[in-house]
Amino acid sequence: MTKDDCKKLVTEIIADIAPDEDLSNLKPDVRLRDQLQLDSMDFLDIVMELRKRHGIEVPEADYIQLASLESCAEYLTPKFNALEGKR
Amino acid sequence: MTRWRGFYPLTSQLLRTSRRCLFERFMAHDWLKGVDDTYDVVVIGSGLAGLTGANCLARCGRKVLLLEHHYQFGGLATWFTRKGGHIFDISLHGFPIGMIKSARKYWSQEIADSIVQLKGIRFVNPQFNLTTTFDRADFTRLLIEHFRVPVEVVERFFTDLRAMNFYDHNPETTGEMLDRYFPGRDDVKRFLMEPITYANGSTLADPAITYGIVFSNFMSKGVYTFRGGTDLLIRKMSEELVRNGVELRKHVAVEKVLVSEIDGARRVTGVIANGRTIRCQAVLSNANLKGTILKLVGEEQFPPDFVARANAVRINTSSCQVYLGIRKGESIPPIGDLIFVSDSPHFTSDELVDFRTTSRTFSVYYPETRPGSGRYAVVCSLNARYEDWNQLADEDYRREKQRLIDESIACLERFVPDVRAKIDWAEAATPRTIERYTRHWKGTSFGTKFEGLKVSMDLPSQLPGLHHAGSVGIIMSGWLGTINYGVIAANNIDKYLFAQKRPEPAPPAPVAGAGPG
Repeated sequence: MTKDDCKKLVTEIIADIAPDEDLSNLKPDVRLRDQLQLDSMDFLDIVMELRKRHGIEVPEADYIQLASLESCAEYLTPKFNALEGKR
Repeated sequence: MTRWRGFYPLTSQLLRTSRRCLFERFMAHDWLKGVDDTYDVVVIGSGLAGLTGANCLARCGRKVLLLEHHYQFGGLATWFTRKGGHIFDISLHGFPIGMIKSARKYWSQEIADSIVQLKGIRFVNPQFNLTTTFDRADFTRLLIEHFRVPVEVVERFFTDLRAMNFYDHNPETTGEMLDRYFPGRDDVKRFLMEPITYANGSTLADPAITYGIVFSNFMSKGVYTFRGGTDLLIRKMSEELVRNGVELRKHVAVEKVLVSEIDGARRVTGVIANGRTIRCQAVLSNANLKGTILKLVGEEQFPPDFVARANAVRINTSSCQVYLGIRKGESIPPIGDLIFVSDSPHFTSDELVDFRTTSRTFSVYYPETRPGSGRYAVVCSLNARYEDWNQLADEDYRREKQRLIDESIACLERFVPDVRAKIDWAEAATPRTIERYTRHWKGTSFGTKFEGLKVSMDLPSQLPGLHHAGSVGIIMSGWLGTINYGVIAANNIDKYLFAQKRPEPAPPAPVAGAGPG
């Protein structure tokens, strides 16, 4: 999986959590919170969806890694690839 | 006469017997019939946190059993019906706009779409008499125009409140914080604090952060309700739970949470409910926090320092309510949706919970609440202390309930002078009523004080598999807080179950001598 694939998966999750948001112009390096109306419950939803859809666990201490699309990709891509390796 | 003397005891004996038969038949009914022996999660209690937690877990693919001791789901999000076609809602009037988003995310678009704003919020007391839509813009206007607070102070207050952070560990109380912005302004304090006390039982002595979070939520965009009534909301939620595969049971009281030692560590392994053992990997308790720790699990299962912390958690205050049903065909004029009334010349947190408080809130239910019903009802809420009501002898208890009814009707007559003649049902509930129907510790209607949140959140680290969600720490009180807390707990449980999933066991090694060979 590439970082771009990962960003796409995260964007899909956000689209389901915040259906009213326009995600077409999301800037990958800007904090999601600064571009969208996301609160702490929405970030919890992202964590739950990552576990449910992709079997990826994000420990609470790492929630900060989900701040922007870019940091999500940095943090999650190796996790996705490690899982794929196991399969 | 002799004949009658013999007849009477016989009749009452017969009546008693048949009543006992009915009771025994009711008790003998197996409310757990068809329930499996093992689940991933057992949810204890069907308050909004329990219902929402169960729904989230089911959507995560978990096998969930939800047990409610009462004959109705909803906890304090409840209603009751009375002769004359009356339906009374207990806690429907007044939640923040955030409920729309949470309802959509954790329930359904349909439920979210039924949430509507209440625009007539009134304050009537010796200090001021005004109407507001209860949002930041209107509060700003009133604070500047009516209360003559400088605009920059108002703006700073709202901005600072929004920026308050749970993790800042600010030791300030709400009273101290309000004094900082509005020194000597008892009237402003009343305006800003009184509605919040009715919403979550908090006082000026509670931590400022509890006020900051709750007030900012409300001040976002006003006060909301659910069109269709609590009965419809809970029915829709129950249907959604069934669709998602949750096993739902009423009339089932959980007596004990079972704990076993596995691989040298204690963890939750099941519950005993209506006398039956049901195994599970995790429990989500939506029962009162102290009841969960000290009764359902038992203090022997926890380290002594944690038991001490649990014992030290202060239970929040409770409420009284007076339910006034308007006769079918009668109507009352639009006097507002929520009316905060008080005769107290000054605002104090103590007066609000006093046994003889003159402070009460009228929630007025117009036909729009249940479109097509054509019915009106008024629910009057007062803050109360359990201790004041629990110690009353039966006769005093009845008399004091009647006093509440009389005082509430007299107060309502100020707004609707001929209302007395239109009321054909009046009854009162007290902290004792709440205790009976919800089993809340000391009949609280607002969970625990601030320290309860940390104890609730620390539960899984003290006893793996045990999770709690419900009205705790003031912040998690009210419909929105408790729904979101149900989601937070569901996430923690899902995480726990995810980690429990062990690798596929290796195929068993062939055992020498086994088999026919």
